[in-house]
Amino acid sequence: MLERGEVANSWRRERWDSLRLLTPNWQSRLPGLRYEGPDPDGYMTVREVTEFIERFATASRAPVRTGANVTSLRRTDEGYDVTTTCGEIACRTVVVASGACNQPSVPQFKDAVPASVEQLTTFDYRAPGKLPDGGVLVVGASATGMQLAAEIQRSGRPVTLSVGEHVRLPRTYRGRDVLWWMDASGVWDQRYDEVEDLTRARRLPSPQLVGTPERSTLDLNALASMGVELVGRWAAVRDGRALLSGGLRNVFSLADLKLGRLLDTFDEWALTTGRDAEFGPPERLPPTRVPQTARLQLDLGSGEIRSIVWATGFRPDYGWLDVPVVDAKGQLQHEGGVAVSPGLYALGLPVLRRRRSTFICGIEDDAREVIEHLARYLGAAVHT
Amino acid sequence: MTTVADNGVNVQALLEAREALKGAPEAAQFTWRASAKWQSGVHSTVKVQSFFGLGQEQSHKEQSVFEADHPEIFAAEDNGITPIEYLIVGLASCLTAGVASVAQNRGIQLHSVEATVEGAHDIRGILGADTDVRNGYNDIKVTFHIDADASKEDIEALVAQSQKRSAVFDALTNPTNVTVEVA
Ligand SMILES: Cc1cc2nc3c(=O)[nH]c(=O)nc-3n(C[C@H](O)[C@H](O)[C@H](O)COP(=O)(O)OP(=O)(O)OC[C@H]3O[C@@H](n4cnc5c(N)ncnc54)[C@H](O)[C@@H]3O)c2cc1C
Repeated sequence: MLERGEVANSWRRERWDSLRLLTPNWQSRLPGLRYEGPDPDGYMTVREVTEFIERFATASRAPVRTGANVTSLRRTDEGYDVTTTCGEIACRTVVVASGACNQPSVPQFKDAVPASVEQLTTFDYRAPGKLPDGGVLVVGASATGMQLAAEIQRSGRPVTLSVGEHVRLPRTYRGRDVLWWMDASGVWDQRYDEVEDLTRARRLPSPQLVGTPERSTLDLNALASMGVELVGRWAAVRDGRALLSGGLRNVFSLADLKLGRLLDTFDEWALTTGRDAEFGPPERLPPTRVPQTARLQLDLGSGEIRSIVWATGFRPDYGWLDVPVVDAKGQLQHEGGVAVSPGLYALGLPVLRRRRSTFICGIEDDAREVIEHLARYLGAAVHT
Repeated sequence: MTTVADNGVNVQALLEAREALKGAPEAAQFTWRASAKWQSGVHSTVKVQSFFGLGQEQSHKEQSVFEADHPEIFAAEDNGITPIEYLIVGLASCLTAGVASVAQNRGIQLHSVEATVEGAHDIRGILGADTDVRNGYNDIKVTFHIDADASKEDIEALVAQSQKRSAVFDALTNPTNVTVEVA
């Protein structure tokens, strides 16, 4: 196992200070290791996640070689040649588990933002106190953007949040964590080859959730009540102005309707499995409130916006992968973790084999199935 | 007995085109054209026939001719609708086409679809009477009346998805680079 940094590197270096998992503690499980602390319904801090993964590395006695950065992976007649900062390795098979979120994904027009406005990605951002005083434009309303908008607004810096398509979820539903419902009702078990539009499912933004001790819902209504100004998707910069979409109402509708359908699925599941009486009555959330007037432009030179936090998602970095398995969009092409190049596998990508794959608790089943394939491949290779 | 929804949209062909164009982005590059000829006053005649797409010149079966003018209260002759009305003609027809396509794709039988569009326009902008007022629409409201074999939520979802995939909705809600030159 080659790791360019330390065990749990992404959790040590690429997360902001206040982050907690949005999945409850009981869902943090790795093969043979589960949460055994006093608060199964709570949410781990970054430090706790790091410790959890370290514990797993020790318990599983994973042969991790830290400080080994893979700079190139090439196909050979026998398998693959791996170039690392610690030397060359020849191997028959490779599992790419380098993560789906190696780089913040930021639109090109960031270059057109006036220099007077400080720009940060989610990799640079640590805490609101390190931002300049004054207005902050947070771009993106998925888990990261929602969480940062809330804490920056609380720090006294007025936040404008640019909202595109998003996934709205309440923190709890009928008395249970909404992710308990995802897990129990089988939504997360849906396999990649059963998903209607797999490309879309794999690109789906993270749900608007935050893990807090209060288990409170962080939706756009909550942010608006805190005083966050909601504006449409940022489309372009022209003459130092951010031009924002006028389609805000429809992204609200799409998310509200989708949430309604999801809650219907949960209710139906509760009825058909005879478990309905275990939970409180079905609930429906009020629609997302459309602002009276949403601004369509922001003058970035006026001093109103002092900094921009790009919470526009992440992408993987396969700059080192010299095997033609990466598509034009920079995504690794694979069938449930099996790449077209024989002996090359992937783990840890969104909806790799099922919806659960996107989360830490998805790795156990995925790894077993992908490694079964890998073992068969090696076995077959030995016998021919 | 189950009946198959038929809204007259060939969804199969659209889905096949989507698959085919995924691997051929060049073929997906279209250019739409219109040419206007000034008649007199604020009256012009706009003709539309040819376009470019799928890698070659294409043509509508017939040429369409549109008269654009202004109403008499603008001291014009009213030979046709105003240019800004053509924008909502485009929006209404694009969203309606979207509703039909999405319904077909989702197996929803439509019985009737009617859309009313209202564009709120403060004409002090174009008259230069108040420089703080913009030239274009301030607000556009589309109201759908849909009779279909579907729940209220499913119908709302049709309309939402239609906006999500609409060329004109996008063109109106998002900025577009426009270059105007004298040849
Ligand atoms: C902000 C954020 C919040 C999240 N919150 C949750 C949550 O609440 N619950 C949940 O279940 N999931 C969450 N996830 C998803 C979770 O991170 C992943 O499911 C999980 O971490 C994937 O682990 P991984 O080991 O596959 O990838 P990573 O954690 O990204 O690890 C990849 C490792 O590969 C190393 N590496 C990369 N390239 C090279 C190279 N060329 N050479 C050597 N080493 C390399 C990296 O240093 C890194 O240590 C979150 C993700 C992000 C980004």
